[in-house]
Amino acid sequence: MAIDLKQFHEVFFEEAEEHLAAVERILLNLDVEHPDPEDVNGIFRAAHSIKGGANMFGFSEIGAVTHAMETVLDGVRSGGLDLSPEIVDVVLRSSDFVRSALAAQRAGGDIDNASAQRITAELETIASTKRGAGEPSSAPTATVEAAAAEALVAEAASNTKPGEEAADFGIFEENAPGFVDERATTHSEPASRDSAGGTAVHAAGLAETLSIRVSTKKIDRLIDLVGELVIGHSILRREHEVRMSDAVDALALGLANVDRNLRDLQDAALSIRMIPIAFVFNRFPRMVRDLAQRFGKKVELTMSGESTELDKALIEKITDPLTHLIRNAVDHGIEMPDARAAAGKAQIGKIGLRASHQGGSIVIEVIDDGCGLRRDRILAKARERGITVSDSMSDAQLWQIIFEPGFSTAKEVTDVSGRGVGLDVVRRNIREMGGRVEVQTEPDHGMRISIKLPLTLAILEGMSVRVGQEIFIIPLSYIAESLQPTAVSVSTVAGRGRVIEVRGEYLPVISLAEIFHLSAAAQRHEEGILIILEAEGGKTALFVDELLGQHQVVIKSLETNYRKVLGVSGATIMGDGRVALILDATYIVGLCHSRLDRAA
Amino acid sequence: MAASILTVDDSASMRQMLGFILKSAGYDVVQAANPEEALAFASERDFDMILTDQNMPGSDGISLVKALRALPAYGRTPIIMLTTESSDEIKSKGRAAGATGWMVKPFDPNRLLEIVGKFVS
Repeated sequence: MAIDLKQFHEVFFEEAEEHLAAVERILLNLDVEHPDPEDVNGIFRAAHSIKGGANMFGFSEIGAVTHAMETVLDGVRSGGLDLSPEIVDVVLRSSDFVRSALAAQRAGGDIDNASAQRITAELETIASTKRGAGEPSSAPTATVEAAAAEALVAEAASNTKPGEEAADFGIFEENAPGFVDERATTHSEPASRDSAGGTAVHAAGLAETLSIRVSTKKIDRLIDLVGELVIGHSILRREHEVRMSDAVDALALGLANVDRNLRDLQDAALSIRMIPIAFVFNRFPRMVRDLAQRFGKKVELTMSGESTELDKALIEKITDPLTHLIRNAVDHGIEMPDARAAAGKAQIGKIGLRASHQGGSIVIEVIDDGCGLRRDRILAKARERGITVSDSMSDAQLWQIIFEPGFSTAKEVTDVSGRGVGLDVVRRNIREMGGRVEVQTEPDHGMRISIKLPLTLAILEGMSVRVGQEIFIIPLSYIAESLQPTAVSVSTVAGRGRVIEVRGEYLPVISLAEIFHLSAAAQRHEEGILIILEAEGGKTALFVDELLGQHQVVIKSLETNYRKVLGVSGATIMGDGRVALILDATYIVGLCHSRLDRAA
Repeated sequence: MAASILTVDDSASMRQMLGFILKSAGYDVVQAANPEEALAFASERDFDMILTDQNMPGSDGISLVKALRALPAYGRTPIIMLTTESSDEIKSKGRAAGATGWMVKPFDPNRLLEIVGKFVS
């Protein structure tokens, strides 16, 4: 009977990926001088497991390399080989090769045989330096052949007589069926295997958790449907309010029930898509190590908040920007060891990567203790590049200049993964996610870059406001406060337009009606209300007719349903069935400040 | 009634593959991811045969064989160890633990069925 094992390849690839990730994680945290035997065992087991599957499914090059890795690691764990940075390096490179070979295999492409043989030879050379009596497995014979032999052993001995031992199978006669219960138990066992409290009970390694794989399309559909339900519910509720006002009747009770359950359902549906940010963070220790080596710097990366969860879609989009920022920190932030020592700093530079939930957002920070940014340098460079700056710009505004397109020249934008990425793309990507990025820095002491992202792309906490007949939603995360202006609080400053003083700060005032060319009901400031928006570039006071209330809204994309509109980041359907546009606060704040800068 | 086989392996791909091969030959298969699960399954019902991996995190196949033999129902059940290591040490430890036999990994699926067929119908 022909049995096709291809259907199991995908599971093997994923298992192997997990094993490789474990190898890398353990190796990077290992104390080379005094390695924990459990850790060494862990790496050995990982290589062994990959080898087993690779040979089973016929991936002989991967089998060969992992066999050689296994031999080296077995040497280390048995004490025949001393762990050294060189061995750590070779094992890391081997695991890189295996990863790329797996990817090639998965995509149906070719494996680089030359690399396979090279890395195998390196591993064998190391294995051959093992002390003491060489076990057959560590002899530097062509390991590729040994592994191939393993893969072919299944074909051997098809003409074995029953009951005899073939190369691939054997029976212990005395234990075979028909055998009597009494058996000669004159064996001696190493006590450690039997100890009840010890290894027998501990289930380590890849524990099987009850889970299933689901396509993201199905989850998206589910979340979409829940969103529609939320809209439908708010239409019903509004209708009820209009007709029955406060009547606590069966309908009201029913609606309240639906409301509660719908919220829970929405939370549950959204949480399906939430993944710990560790998925993104995990690649960075290795990247920092390699970059530091390449640039001749000493850098230590610490991470915290890896278990903080965010929407899968955001995970994918945040990876490139974060990679670029961390790379920048190593490349431009942390100084060379000598320069650091001369400045009285520790030679080893520190980079911290942190994630946490704050309110309805996730905050990711990249903090370094490098050279930071200097005002004079940024101003000079900006002027050189033809970017409008003024000496009176606040620090917050000035640091944003590093994200302007054109600030870094093409030669400085050394790409990370083959794609040219500049800081302008980083900021654009973050904004496209509905987030923002801010910079704090102290010259010579370091820099902190904070990225704030919504937890999910699907719903939003917002404040609804009215201008004339139109309703708009302002994301709550961008609202600092709201004020009732008086006739005199808003003044007009020559060359700067209208401003309002709030606790010593002068903020530009802009009316929402003006931005979208609407006719507002409130003609004078004291008839309306000012919403203070805070975004990357600073603060702005937005003038509207009325503040309606706070809502959780389901975000609908305007772009996919219509087209991109400046100043609008999305839309939603309100309880009365009408469409409300969601404002792009960053754009609005930017409008005012560029207006100011032009006037300055 | 189809013969029932308990398979034990920490690798999901191996488990799935073994399950597929054996089921397509008509056997009733239960998969365990580790020795603890295997013992739990074995206590709940009687299997006609057990196939176990040797190298598993925590306790290994040999310890499992010993624990199984200690159960009254499994004094004579065919227990075969699937192992990548065909060293004499493993073989003698397996024998001493009471394993019925051993089989080397990787194996050809049809060869596996041939060997299983020697013990169960």
